[in-house]
Amino acid sequence: MRPFEFTRAESAADAMRLAGDGATIIAGGTNLLDLMKLEVMAPQALVDINRLDLGDIDEAEGGGLRIGALVRNSDLAADRRVRDAYPMLAEALLAGASGQLRNKATTGGNLLQRTRCYYYYDTAMPCNKREPGSGCQAIGGITRLHALFGASEHCIATHPSDMAVALRALDARVEIQSQDGVTRMLPLGDFYRLPGDTPHIETVLVPGDLITAVLLPAPAGARQTYRKVRDRASYAFALVSVAGVLDVEDGRIVRPALAFGGVGHMPWRNPEVEALLEGEAPSVDLFAEAAARLVAEAEPQGGNAFKIPLLRRTLQAVLRELTEA
Amino acid sequence: MRTDLTVNGQSRTIEADPRTTLLDALRHHLKLTGTKKGCDHGQCGACTVIAGGRRINSCLSLACMHDGDEVVTIEGLGTPETLSALQEAFVRHDGFQCGFCTPGQICSATAMLEELQAGWPSHVTADVASAPALTVEEVSERMSGNLCRCSAYPNIVDAIMEIAGRGRA
Ligand SMILES: Cc1cc2nc3c(=O)[nH]c(=O)nc-3n(C[C@H](O)[C@H](O)[C@H](O)COP(=O)(O)OP(=O)(O)OC[C@H]3O[C@@H](n4cnc5c(N)ncnc54)[C@H](O)[C@@H]3O)c2cc1C
Ligand code: SF4
Ligand code: FES
Ligand code: FES
Repeated sequence: MRPFEFTRAESAADAMRLAGDGATIIAGGTNLLDLMKLEVMAPQALVDINRLDLGDIDEAEGGGLRIGALVRNSDLAADRRVRDAYPMLAEALLAGASGQLRNKATTGGNLLQRTRCYYYYDTAMPCNKREPGSGCQAIGGITRLHALFGASEHCIATHPSDMAVALRALDARVEIQSQDGVTRMLPLGDFYRLPGDTPHIETVLVPGDLITAVLLPAPAGARQTYRKVRDRASYAFALVSVAGVLDVEDGRIVRPALAFGGVGHMPWRNPEVEALLEGEAPSVDLFAEAAARLVAEAEPQGGNAFKIPLLRRTLQAVLRELTEA
Repeated sequence: MRTDLTVNGQSRTIEADPRTTLLDALRHHLKLTGTKKGCDHGQCGACTVIAGGRRINSCLSLACMHDGDEVVTIEGLGTPETLSALQEAFVRHDGFQCGFCTPGQICSATAMLEELQAGWPSHVTADVASAPALTVEEVSERMSGNLCRCSAYPNIVDAIMEIAGRGRA
């Protein structure tokens, strides 16, 4: 690990000022320290935000929840309100990492965790995300983990978070405070960026920005689930995952929202698939059509082609589960 | 950089480079070598300690971030003369072979049982809104952050199940 200066922020203003001057924010540290040990990341200064007052889950206007950026993944999954009204969020959190890691991992840090692309982790390899302009070794290489949607000729990495997939389906917004005192709220689709020709820039955050919370609107539907497919039964990242929420009224699907993990540079959503399901009576044929629509625009990279049938089947299974009486 | 913390009930001071992980501070600075370094990347659980009442991977935490914290390591759970209930159960059930993962397993299990008691759900809890049951499946899932190269898993689960208050189904 490269040497760095360490400061504990006593206030949000403190943290934003130091981050604006080039320090890297550290929360749980479970992703950042891993990457610093490998020298994939080598910040010259760290600012520890753990003592800031961002650790509460509060009821928000309109029946939603405001989750502080420092709420630990384990506390969020165990929260009574989350378990009752947003069970897919608890399920997604509990499907990620391990008990020990979830006790440290924070809401803000989880959103900003970096890709698990092997080449990103290997400093002997070119990687546009780690070293802009050096090339992408994954393209034409080992692509088992890589994206089906939204990739570019500069980067085909996936976002590894489970939590973020559930949050995207739940229409959560990220609350960001910036150094000039302005607070922004962004839906996940506007918060994350596609790789394009700047894969090292993963979100719209600028230095000095601090994630202060995640806002959940009132739960959209009672029927929710998070299904994760992985190489082993626990303590492994998703190959693909599906977060789904909908209701069934008078025998028809209403307000479906679906997000997909392990397949894009950000948790993926496809409005066409949701529109296809809206107002329709559940049926095996309908689910097959939705799944076909979803994968129609998939661009396999070789080693990840298996994710196309896997994603198709996982979506169908989720739709069956959600629409069973 | 100076860090003051409580380790196994005693006040300790560490003077170390900020890069020092909690794991290295415990092993090298405080000579508490019960806590083990397996992978140093959060992937094996050998370094599990209990900080502020929560089990964590001490390899992925900086010592300087624990100023003022209370840390409990395997040395604080029991001694060869006075084993903790879980330590004693691991011996009786043959819950290890080489023993390298054992301190992490026992620290993890100690705190895990409190999480279970507090009603935290897990990935295998059928309905996350309901209280989890004490089953082999639940214990195995909750302990998945602790790998054992010797694969003593069945006996580890037996030991934990016994202490959790029920024999194996
Ligand atoms: C072995 C292992 C297995 C894992 N398995 C899974 C898995 O299956 N599923 C899954 O989803 N995740 C998994 N993870 C990843 C884990 O979820 C993340 O490491 C964790 O959520 C990161 O949170 P943190 O608070 O520790 O972040 P940190 O490491 O502290 O920070 C991560 C990034 O976020 C930035 N940051 C943090 N907080 C803020 C803030 N408030 N404002 C602005 N920037 C901020 C930091 O600067 C840093 O760049 C695994 C990790 C490990 C080590
Ligand atoms: S896919 Fe992205 S992260 Fe992986 S090597 Fe290519 S540029 Fe780097
Ligand atoms: S040494 Fe910390 S998890 Fe392996
Ligand atoms: S007893 Fe040898 S690694 Fe677990």
